Amino acid sequence: MTKTNQESKILTGKDYWLKKLKNAFRVITSDKIGLIGFFLLLIIIVISLLAPYVFPLDTRSDPTKIFQPPSEDHLLGTDHMGRDIWAQIANGGRNLLLLAVITAVISILIGIVLGTISPLIGGKFDEVLLFLADVWLTIPRFPLLVVLSGFFRLSSLVLALILAILSWAGLYRNIRSEVLSLKERDYLEAAEMLDLSMFHLIFKEITPNMMSFISLNFTLMMRHAIYAQVGLFFLGLLPMEVNWGVMLNIAWAQGAIYHPDATMFILAPAMAISLLILSLVWINRALENLFNPALRTDKSD
Amino acid sequence: MIAQYGMSMSEARARASALYALDLDAPLIQQYFSYMSRMIRGDMGQSIRSPGVRVSWIILARLPWTLFTVGTGLILSCLIGVFLGTISAFRRDKWYEPIITGTSSIISAIPDFLIGIFLIIIFGIITWFGRSEPLIPIHSMRGTSTPGMSWDDGIFYLWDILVHGFLPITTYALAQIGMWVLLMKGSTTSTLNKDYVRLAEARGLKNSKIMSRYVSRNALLPIATEFAMRMGFILGGSLIIEQLFVYEGLGLELLNAVHNRDYPVMQGIFLVITSCIVFANLFAELLYGILDPRTRIRRSGSNDQN
Repeated sequence: MTKTNQESKILTGKDYWLKKLKNAFRVITSDKIGLIGFFLLLIIIVISLLAPYVFPLDTRSDPTKIFQPPSEDHLLGTDHMGRDIWAQIANGGRNLLLLAVITAVISILIGIVLGTISPLIGGKFDEVLLFLADVWLTIPRFPLLVVLSGFFRLSSLVLALILAILSWAGLYRNIRSEVLSLKERDYLEAAEMLDLSMFHLIFKEITPNMMSFISLNFTLMMRHAIYAQVGLFFLGLLPMEVNWGVMLNIAWAQGAIYHPDATMFILAPAMAISLLILSLVWINRALENLFNPALRTDKSD
Repeated sequence: MIAQYGMSMSEARARASALYALDLDAPLIQQYFSYMSRMIRGDMGQSIRSPGVRVSWIILARLPWTLFTVGTGLILSCLIGVFLGTISAFRRDKWYEPIITGTSSIISAIPDFLIGIFLIIIFGIITWFGRSEPLIPIHSMRGTSTPGMSWDDGIFYLWDILVHGFLPITTYALAQIGMWVLLMKGSTTSTLNKDYVRLAEARGLKNSKIMSRYVSRNALLPIATEFAMRMGFILGGSLIIEQLFVYEGLGLELLNAVHNRDYPVMQGIFLVITSCIVFANLFAELLYGILDPRTRIRRSGSNDQN
């Protein structure tokens, strides 16, 4: 009964969907900043993926070329061991991005599972979890990470996991309130009456209806993950590898700031990180505009 | 401890019990309670690295500097941000409004320590206007004050402190100013659209009166809560920036403790940071109740009066 009802709605509403699609396209293209952010992220991703083949890392040190200013051979100059900086920049974003995505995926999964189960079960369970989340939110995340890295040797993957677990509370609360507003909808009541499994409820009924909300939180989480990672790398608390945070750390430790020709060594990774985060922020804002028409009208008047 | 300092088990036990003044033969729960009761009284044990030095002394020596730089930065950024945010909300048709909003959204996106690095590069490294030296001599600006100076030097010492704190304070202020501008703009804009403001306009009240009586009072509400919340969280954010400017505050001390595996100091500082946040949250809740009588009414069951 419900199914046929839905089908007829979609059929008669074909024009409606077409209009909606056109509308979405108009919004996307009209939001120039969002578009810039999107292309920025795309460029960073493409460079990161192609870098190992196009700009291979300079692994040999060359004492004659230490701290060179930008030149034709070396687009951004050379570092304290005479290695090309541009190659490091091009290769340095890959791990950061990958870990940010992993963190975001894990944390969103945790958030969805807890955030949907808790209001569905309700009662004491919901109350206790909400209380725990409130307590958890008061724990300062970055100092805790720093302290943790004093107790354990964190590898990058473990860090992603810890970051995801640490940020469960905020996501849980957001998703919970979103689910609470969805809970009264007919289709959820129908699904509950059909006695469908919890898994089905969460991943087939609720999650698809929160995709806009989830994608917003996804970019937000990526941003937090990148901030925390780069901060820890910069403080030298994580194992060394080639990425922008480590570059910053090395440039700082090698005193690149006192060397006028080597300004690029420290400026380049700082710019790269800023651009990456900016692109995420702009995409986030564009998504917000896209999914929340109320905001849109608010801004235009 | 056993693995790191190469001590035997009994040595490590003796050391641990001395550091925390604990009786290790007592049941675990009793140890825990004696430890907690000491913590509450402000006794956090002694540092491993420098034996005999109490953790609470270290914290008391460092905390004022962090509070000074972080607090000044917070207040400055809030004042300027609220001012700019109000302007951009009221003058949405002026040419400078997109500049203010755009710049703030960019600045608020950049991580604070990168802002610090940019500041150092701009003021400390690059030489401007053909001068032979950069604008600020960063090598002589490490630490909280020039070594050897104290309160005996009076006004010079004060000036010295300000000079040394200048870059960290600017960094804190810049890192947050964008957020304040956007927050203030958002809350002012939404207040301007409220019916009671429209009504006040219709009654022909003066703009300045509408502004002070009707708009700013309501628009400042979220700012006040956010300010109280920030006070707690910002102590944690001082970690990287203090490392950057070698500013001897709580954050730098925590980092040193982590590098030296000085667990009592790590615990103590982390506890201080966390309790700051808890108290700030409590303060924010109380403040909101005082500033906005509607929340008190709402709790007793009446409707939102907006």
